[in-house]
Amino acid sequence: MYAIKADKLVKKYKNLTAVDGLDLEIEQGEIFSLLGVNGAGKTTTIKMLSCLTKLTSGDAYLLGKSISTETNAVKSLIAVSPQETAVASGLNVHENLELICGVYGFSNEKKNVRIKEITSLLGLDSVLSKKVGKLSGGWQRRLSIAMALISEPKILFLDEPTLGLDVIARSELWDIIRTLKGKITIILTTHYMEEAEALSDRIGIMKSGKLLICDTAEKIKERAGTNKFEDAFVRIVKEETL
Amino acid sequence: MKMLTFAKRNAKEILRDPLTVIFGLGFPLILILLLSAIQANIPVPLFKIEHLAPGITVFGLSFMSLFSAMLISRDRSRSLLQRLYTTPMRAVDFILGYTLPIVPFAVAQSIICYAVSLAWGLEITVNILLAIFFIIPISILFIAMGLLFGSILNDKQVGAICGALLTNLSAWLSGIWFDLELVGGIFKRIAYMLPFVHAVELERAVIAGNFGDILPHLMWVLGYAILIFIAAVLLFLRQMRNL
Repeated sequence: MYAIKADKLVKKYKNLTAVDGLDLEIEQGEIFSLLGVNGAGKTTTIKMLSCLTKLTSGDAYLLGKSISTETNAVKSLIAVSPQETAVASGLNVHENLELICGVYGFSNEKKNVRIKEITSLLGLDSVLSKKVGKLSGGWQRRLSIAMALISEPKILFLDEPTLGLDVIARSELWDIIRTLKGKITIILTTHYMEEAEALSDRIGIMKSGKLLICDTAEKIKERAGTNKFEDAFVRIVKEETL
Repeated sequence: MKMLTFAKRNAKEILRDPLTVIFGLGFPLILILLLSAIQANIPVPLFKIEHLAPGITVFGLSFMSLFSAMLISRDRSRSLLQRLYTTPMRAVDFILGYTLPIVPFAVAQSIICYAVSLAWGLEITVNILLAIFFIIPISILFIAMGLLFGSILNDKQVGAICGALLTNLSAWLSGIWFDLELVGGIFKRIAYMLPFVHAVELERAVIAGNFGDILPHLMWVLGYAILIFIAAVLLFLRQMRNL
């Protein structure tokens, strides 16, 4: 069974077609990146797949559950780390993690175990009692991912996870994402070509709501006739324009 | 469980915000002390403590709208709500989770306002307990306004609408600061078509022991509270479904 199977997925906002007949299959345990220029439809695709936005037509299935008719079942399988850090800034790190455990209805015992596991995995132990509003962007991003992972999702959506981070913080987050490879399915949107290339099993490039290409970084470079992934991306997007 | 977890988080966010202490408690208390001092020097019937205490107590509730609206609009702009919408939380968990933690805070604020008023000569009667009880429907009215504005406005707009406009409206159109009879005309008619003056007069009637006057004012307050709460829920659900 595919982790995600989108079937002619469409999202229209009045006169604008944000996602236009998207067909997509993502295997379980895969790290899949969605690339595209601004307005390509990446975030709208993630919002539809995570049941945040209603689709206009078509459908998608997450581990066999329909996003249009089985939203509660889908929500129990997924977690999202949005573009903004999406944390409760007045609470400390531990309280943020407790909040998510609470909304998933974890018992006290399970909550304590998961908080211990996740803080260890993401190296949050040293900031556990710090107020989140006082933490740097890098720490807030880590917490954001921790809040997504603590519910033990089968599919994790990361929308621009390293946006605005410095080189070190970005590299540390890449290491964290790599440790998850094969354990859960990760769908990543990013503007950073090297990020997609370094982390992903496969990459999809979107433009104007359509999926232009979907393959490994090597195959995409081969098809574009270049050794540099960024050049391949530019050629594929520009060729489509021409 | 989900709702209680979310409500607990909201209570912590409100209580840890210095704005809550400054405006929620400090400002109404300063007003009571200041106006009571003026009353001691230049007696004005409107500023007698049995008139002033219910008025300031209701006025203090306008800050509950600000707190609830600010919390929701911040959660929207920082995408915390977006994250939580992908969890098994239901719409009712969000709405009650935002509403319920503010009610005890509103009641605590009214207890403090009446307690300070006792020190300034308000007669100790069982009516004060009743007045505190009737704060609950009035607080629901103001919290619903916050839920409504927080669902449609961003942080800055909330500051302007709830922080400035709503607090001014509830001050000017409530008969706290001046007798509406003195202005009369269309101003008075508009004021009596809105809930603020009814909330103040409800509290004044309870404190004065004029129980026969309670029901008409209570109906206005409850009517507005129910209407605004329904509108707020619909607008909250709309923004929830149209991310």
